[in-house]
Amino acid sequence: MVDASTLRSDLAVIARHVPAGVRVLDIGCGDGALMAALRDGKQVDARGIEIDGALVERCVARGLSVVQGDADRDLAFYPDGAFDVAILSQTLQTAARPDRMLAELLRVGRRAFVSFPNFAYWRMRWALLSRGRMPVTRHLPVTWYETENIHHMTVRDFEELARDLGIAIENRWFFTREREIGPAGANWRAEYALFEVRRG
Amino acid sequence: MAAPSLTYTLPQPLPLDGGQALEGAAIAYETYGELAADKSNAILVCHALTGDQYVASPHPVTGKPGWWERMVGPGKPIDTNRYHVICANVIGSCMGSTGPASAAPDGRPWAMRFPVITIRDMVRGLVSLLDGLGIERLHAVVGGSMGGMQTLSLAANFPDRAARVLAIATTARHSAQNIAFHEVGRQAIMADPNWRDGDYYSHDSAPDAGLAVARMAAHITYLSEAGLTEKFGRRLQDRDAKSFGFDADFQVESYLRYQGSGFTRRFDANSYLYITRAMDYLDIAEEHGGKLADAFAGHAMGKGARFCLVSFDTDWLYPTAESRHVVHALNAAGAPVSFVELSAPFGHDSFLLDVPALDRVVKGFLDG
Repeated sequence: MVDASTLRSDLAVIARHVPAGVRVLDIGCGDGALMAALRDGKQVDARGIEIDGALVERCVARGLSVVQGDADRDLAFYPDGAFDVAILSQTLQTAARPDRMLAELLRVGRRAFVSFPNFAYWRMRWALLSRGRMPVTRHLPVTWYETENIHHMTVRDFEELARDLGIAIENRWFFTREREIGPAGANWRAEYALFEVRRG
Repeated sequence: MAAPSLTYTLPQPLPLDGGQALEGAAIAYETYGELAADKSNAILVCHALTGDQYVASPHPVTGKPGWWERMVGPGKPIDTNRYHVICANVIGSCMGSTGPASAAPDGRPWAMRFPVITIRDMVRGLVSLLDGLGIERLHAVVGGSMGGMQTLSLAANFPDRAARVLAIATTARHSAQNIAFHEVGRQAIMADPNWRDGDYYSHDSAPDAGLAVARMAAHITYLSEAGLTEKFGRRLQDRDAKSFGFDADFQVESYLRYQGSGFTRRFDANSYLYITRAMDYLDIAEEHGGKLADAFAGHAMGKGARFCLVSFDTDWLYPTAESRHVVHALNAAGAPVSFVELSAPFGHDSFLLDVPALDRVVKGFLDG
């Protein structure tokens, strides 16, 4: 069992759905919380990529295999199908080309979990409509000129991109205020989304 | 004064990349901490170009503390309460292992008759030592700079001998710039009339001036410009005004001269030639058909060693790009690898100096 009590909601869902004993690449793995949970709870062979050196240092100090690098550039060095599962949490919107990163994800991994903030969340829409300025919210707390999120997208955008790339969506989960919500009206109601995808 | 190192004499001739074999080679080594009954807790620390086996004990010539005492010892990141640490003088060096200053079979010093060796030859010697000590698989092999080259060479050529490979501030191949700086050093030694084509051992004078210049030039490559500026700036040495002469007016000149002359008291000039040559010959990809990933094929998914590479942002001798090159090859080979570029002001020498983040990475990697 994975102790998911301390993980962010999307990571807890991923931790529950990654099969035991598989090979996992966690892209943008942060301080390695998910990797450590998968390693300790499911005997997963987990590898990570993280751009922030201080976070990599913490990963290495907890015995994880994490490479300091940039997913836009460094994914290319992993062989085809090297992993059973690739994880990209809250990172797709920071990619130089999210479409290419998604393709890369499913080149190195047979399946992938992808989570991202939903820019069509009603609070976003309302903030943009009422104030006419880029929203700064609890979930996206950084001003437009400082944010690393250079490709804002919505649930519907992602679904259409997956269709265009021939990627099959296996599962989807939606979250608001760190609680899972149902799929009805998700493009309005979800603060962020998690998709499980595989090569079509 | 420290007790003399233990010495292991290789029972078999040591085969060399140059095609020759070294008969009766000796390897001097130091150990720290208890070896577990199952011999599973041994860590081999590999030293750098001018390093030696005295990693955590006083140097017998200079009396200075071991070169990595801040990293190796009881309660240190490489904890000798927990691990049995072995550090051996490499073949070709001059602190008790067989090198150009040692006696050849005819009783006279080898000098330039000593065969040219490679990093892989040094590693073969170290592996023979491990065989002699009955250690089949190291808990880890650790090294910085040329020590890191040995860790990578050991991983490539003897993939079963270490469970963890920690390579710090290093490279898998010497660049044109690396070779160029070494050539300056070698030419400085060879231009010293006291060098006498390497046959200076029976004379009163050794090529100290040449060796000191070699050390001075190399020392600059170990430091960062910012570090030099902070430490010395344009400050003058023990004077208020420039002398309009060629004394060591500047503190940085005085420092380099001190480093150079101090070095000649503990190091053999011919060893410096041979070891720099070995580093220049290093190209681990070339040894394995040209593709670095193939060198690490023995570490594919689920078997072999875990790797950790560390670089420093101010190291221009073996810059981060060289570590990344190794990391990408390990990724391609499917090996479990960690990599981090640490921020430290001291240039290449950062691996020897006070960098707390390095301590945390080393401890975390070895204990994890």
